[in-house]
Amino acid sequence: MTTGHIVSGSRHAHEAWSPTRGREIIADHLPLEGATLPILHALQETFGYVPQDAIPLIADAMNLSRAEVHGTFTFYHDFRHEPAGKHVVKICVAEACQAAGGHVTSAKVGEALDCAYGETRADGQVTLEPIYCLGLCACAPAAMVNGRLIGRLDDEAIDEIAAEVRS
Amino acid sequence: MTARIYVPGDAAAVALGADKVAKAFADAFAARGLDVQIVRNGSRGMFWLEPLVEVVTPFGRRVGYGPVKPRDVDALIDGGLLEGRNGPLYLDNVEKIPFFAKQERFTFKRVGLTDPVSLDDYLAHGGYKGLERAIAIGPSETVEQVFESGLRGRGGAGFPTGIKWRTVAACAPGKKYIVCNADEGDSGTFADRMIMEGDPFQLIEGMTIAGVAVGADKGYVYCRSEYPHAVAAMNKAVAAARKAGYLGSRIAGSEYDFDMEIRVGAGAYVCGEETSLLESLEGRRGLVRAKPPLPAHKGLFGKPTVINNVISLASVPFIMAEGAKAYADVGFGRSRGTMPIQLAGNIKYGGLYEIAFGVTLGELVEELGGGTFTGRPVRAVQVGGPLGAYFPRELFDTPFDYEAFAKKDGLIGHGGIVVFDDSVDMAKQARFAMEFCSVESCGKCTPCRIGSTRGVEVMDKIIAGVEREKNLAILEDLSHTMKLGSLCALGGFTPYPVMSALTHFPEDFGRGSMPLAAE
Repeated sequence: MTTGHIVSGSRHAHEAWSPTRGREIIADHLPLEGATLPILHALQETFGYVPQDAIPLIADAMNLSRAEVHGTFTFYHDFRHEPAGKHVVKICVAEACQAAGGHVTSAKVGEALDCAYGETRADGQVTLEPIYCLGLCACAPAAMVNGRLIGRLDDEAIDEIAAEVRS
Repeated sequence: MTARIYVPGDAAAVALGADKVAKAFADAFAARGLDVQIVRNGSRGMFWLEPLVEVVTPFGRRVGYGPVKPRDVDALIDGGLLEGRNGPLYLDNVEKIPFFAKQERFTFKRVGLTDPVSLDDYLAHGGYKGLERAIAIGPSETVEQVFESGLRGRGGAGFPTGIKWRTVAACAPGKKYIVCNADEGDSGTFADRMIMEGDPFQLIEGMTIAGVAVGADKGYVYCRSEYPHAVAAMNKAVAAARKAGYLGSRIAGSEYDFDMEIRVGAGAYVCGEETSLLESLEGRRGLVRAKPPLPAHKGLFGKPTVINNVISLASVPFIMAEGAKAYADVGFGRSRGTMPIQLAGNIKYGGLYEIAFGVTLGELVEELGGGTFTGRPVRAVQVGGPLGAYFPRELFDTPFDYEAFAKKDGLIGHGGIVVFDDSVDMAKQARFAMEFCSVESCGKCTPCRIGSTRGVEVMDKIIAGVEREKNLAILEDLSHTMKLGSLCALGGFTPYPVMSALTHFPEDFGRGSMPLAAE
């Protein structure tokens, strides 16, 4: 028996965008105070990104202007405007990881995945993103691969990431 | 009695393979037909030993083994791990390890010790004693206890928590909020994360006490999205507390109502600034608000709001249970109590070290941290996150204290120390500080929005050796403008890393004795 605090980093399949499903999700969160961020998170969780068509639906439901919702949506780094690649690799580029050789490591990851930071590779296999701190600063450099955390990123770990991305 | 082992579920332990170790143990116990309970606890904060597995022996002793890899599991069990036998990876009582033994664990006393999401375990280890006392002595006396403890905001600003609480308590009765700032974005910091993952009930208790004290019945934790483990632990703990009557109406059988929710940020560093955080909670762009009005008067949804950092709120149960004096008795100058210091970056023994204020930077980095893991000499440390100053070894006698750091043109911030060895290029670090500010600026005020962009351009010229002295003068002038003209600490404090790098390491900017390293 295992008790205590456990989180698995597994990914689930995303649904295709449907306005009906979108409206349902929005309605579920409407009773919350300041519901905009929870709604955007829930839409992204379900569809893998926040479809442009969802913005007017949120605005209508919350009695806000489209501009206000668009403004919130575009302010935050997390919200995706289009679906990510099959695999999502985030490499920490903040100071603690830099101090632990992160400049070299992050460049190696980019080469190993043949992908530029902030982009999705043309074949759609991987999205590579810089991230500013995962709170793993005492076991730097750190990464998050498909929601799974990796500390003390070394060449072996980079090879494993590259292999995972090929799958 | 079922045997019990602890395998941390803390995100950093997981990043070092704790999930795989836990699975290997579960499989090995099943294969051997052994009935062993595996508890996923918080981390003891000694990350060079993670995954650190602890066992409660049949004689009730608790001993550790680490760092454990999945392939070690069979040999450990066969070698008598469940009896706590000495062998490879054996650490004995982990609380006797000098790094741990020298600490004063007030706020982190349960982290790593208990099952974080078990309310019974929390109660068995002194949990909810603080709330009990707050209810017994009443709101105004509770506010005074927090004031007398000398507790100052652990988020970085160091503002007295008791004064914030007094201000909100003095507002006319009506809707009020408690907001916990868990947007721990500073690189080199992870204390909030460890509390939320390792002892979430303590934060819930702290917020509940705050609610009772100031007359608020609703609380929000705004946690950054980069901490999914913390969000999950907090949600589990909130549900358990609500089920047991510690949240909701008439909490713990008292006359007070208090409930809370966990909200998740969306990757904006500036939302760690309190007014930007409030805007974000309300569902808008995280634009910083001009102060006044203070959040204590007009905060979340325009209502009086206590907004405190995770560690500030998590320190309150100790203060209430043990008394303000017990907390205020330790410390240094006007910095009372303890600070969870986080040793990070290129450091041999990295982790969380909770100690009374006053320990020197040198003791922390050289003695406790053991210097760099690369084995090269320490050249610089950045204290207080991306907005904190870079200190050279010459300043290692600085005591860890809000005022002492301010006197040396630095700040302790949220208590993170990032160590760099002698391969660091300080001009590049100064450029990064400007770049980070330009990426994360909310855009509301010009010194931050435009200043940081110009700062990157000027640093590029300096690094390239273009009219160096002229551009250094522009950099100094620009930093001065950002420092005095920005609306919040993002633009206002970015000059700290930039100017400290230039002041203490002029040779990296082409000034002084050493030439700029050619690349």
